[in-house]
Amino acid sequence: MSASKTEILIGAIARLLEGSRSVVIGNQSPIPGSAALVARALAGGALRVTILGSRRHTDFTNGGVETFDRAAQGRVDVFFLGGGQIDGAANINLVGAGEYPRVDVRWPGSFGSAYLYFVVPRVILFREEHTPRVFVRKVDFVSAPGTSPPGVYRPGGPWKLLTGLGLLAFDQARRRFALESVHPGHTVEEIVANTGFEFDCPARVPTTPEPDPRVLALIRGPIRDEIAETYPKFAAAL
Amino acid sequence: MDSFCDLAALAAAIPDGATVAVPSAPFGVAMAATRELVRRPARGLRLVCVPTSSIQADALIGAGCVAAIETSAVSIGEYGTGPRFAAAAREGSVRILDATCPAIHAAIQAGMKGLPFIPLRGLLGSDLVAHRPDWKVIDNPFAPGDPVVVLPALRPDVALFHAPRADRHGNVFIGRSRDLVNMAQAARATAVTVEEVVDDDLLQDPERAGAVIPALYVERIALAPRGAWPLGLPGRYAPDDAALGRYAQAARTREGFASWLAAWLAAAPAAERT
Repeated sequence: MSASKTEILIGAIARLLEGSRSVVIGNQSPIPGSAALVARALAGGALRVTILGSRRHTDFTNGGVETFDRAAQGRVDVFFLGGGQIDGAANINLVGAGEYPRVDVRWPGSFGSAYLYFVVPRVILFREEHTPRVFVRKVDFVSAPGTSPPGVYRPGGPWKLLTGLGLLAFDQARRRFALESVHPGHTVEEIVANTGFEFDCPARVPTTPEPDPRVLALIRGPIRDEIAETYPKFAAAL
Repeated sequence: MDSFCDLAALAAAIPDGATVAVPSAPFGVAMAATRELVRRPARGLRLVCVPTSSIQADALIGAGCVAAIETSAVSIGEYGTGPRFAAAAREGSVRILDATCPAIHAAIQAGMKGLPFIPLRGLLGSDLVAHRPDWKVIDNPFAPGDPVVVLPALRPDVALFHAPRADRHGNVFIGRSRDLVNMAQAARATAVTVEEVVDDDLLQDPERAGAVIPALYVERIALAPRGAWPLGLPGRYAPDDAALGRYAQAARTREGFASWLAAWLAAAPAAERT
């Protein structure tokens, strides 16, 4: 059986996590959570995976504040952020669409983004919905900026952007995304048409590889069982 | 101990206009006590969500109990943005102080230490700072040329939360939900509901005392079995996803919320035991 869309995303994230030592998964993130558990299995356990909301995969004993303290000390290599809007300079908006504060559409809020985007070295932006309403020219509200001027303490920031259509990389110096791969069944033209900002595109864009059989077997076996503790409905649909 | 009272008396100790610190789901949200606040009804509350909230803040907003809310998010888990919170934002009916999780944690920690303010990394260039005149940017006095955001300390009038158990001396066991310790120490008073009251002295067991808030911080305790429902309590019970889903659906309209509220207020506490 070939890989599903979800399995392709899990496989793509697991590849990005190769070589990392520590990853924290925020709330409501079953695909990054599954990918982190796959990456840990592939690394023979040499990846510390913390899944917020899971008892089994959380080793914090100092409350919610410890997530941020740990990240501030450089003990977290990778974190995932999303957004109701993301623009071409990697600014993210988790607050709402329209003019703040009386926005037309209100989203939950910025959570820890305005901090973790600065202190976690490799932030992966993950948003499955790849449409012009998400990927806008300029966000209506900056929950967290993609880049900072010289002199601002910022060991971290955006590294990759993974969507339901493709994978892009962020260039901090040029403040631009570049397309790295297109998922099977999709095209560069489709990504251009569904992205409200300009990005760099090489002459030939590779296809995002499908997970190899070993990774697929992990996803459909032990990882499905492990992620079910935190995301039972997601695991049942895998 | 005279700190023990019933739910209505516990809610009565939180006056209208009070600044009330509440924890995130599922780390001990006092929903049964929240219902008593709505029943009163409380007015003009200033919620400080440490650092986010769910159905608690949303229902209090919908019921007209809230004048202002400081939060990093109001989300009914997988059901998305709190519907009454979103409506209040659109209408401008509640003052919303948007924050980010570590900023609220840090301001609470400043409060518990008696500090006037606390610096925090990150934040620079975020529109959160632009809309928070109470947050300032200073130059690092130890290494000039390094801008740092500083946040005023939070000293809430009341910390309100739910915990697994208290002993008869008024000590409260919180397990590893350590944010509750910070909230209790930062607040001027603490009101706690518990699943059970035990006879042994929690502070006399050195293997568990580290997970206990001493009675000196706790002004009011009320018994409320399943008092976090429909949210969960770690180690005791899981969130009631079906009930949260029904809330998220109903609260999308003012009328739907009103009928949900009527049913919630009519439910006897015994209903929470099922």
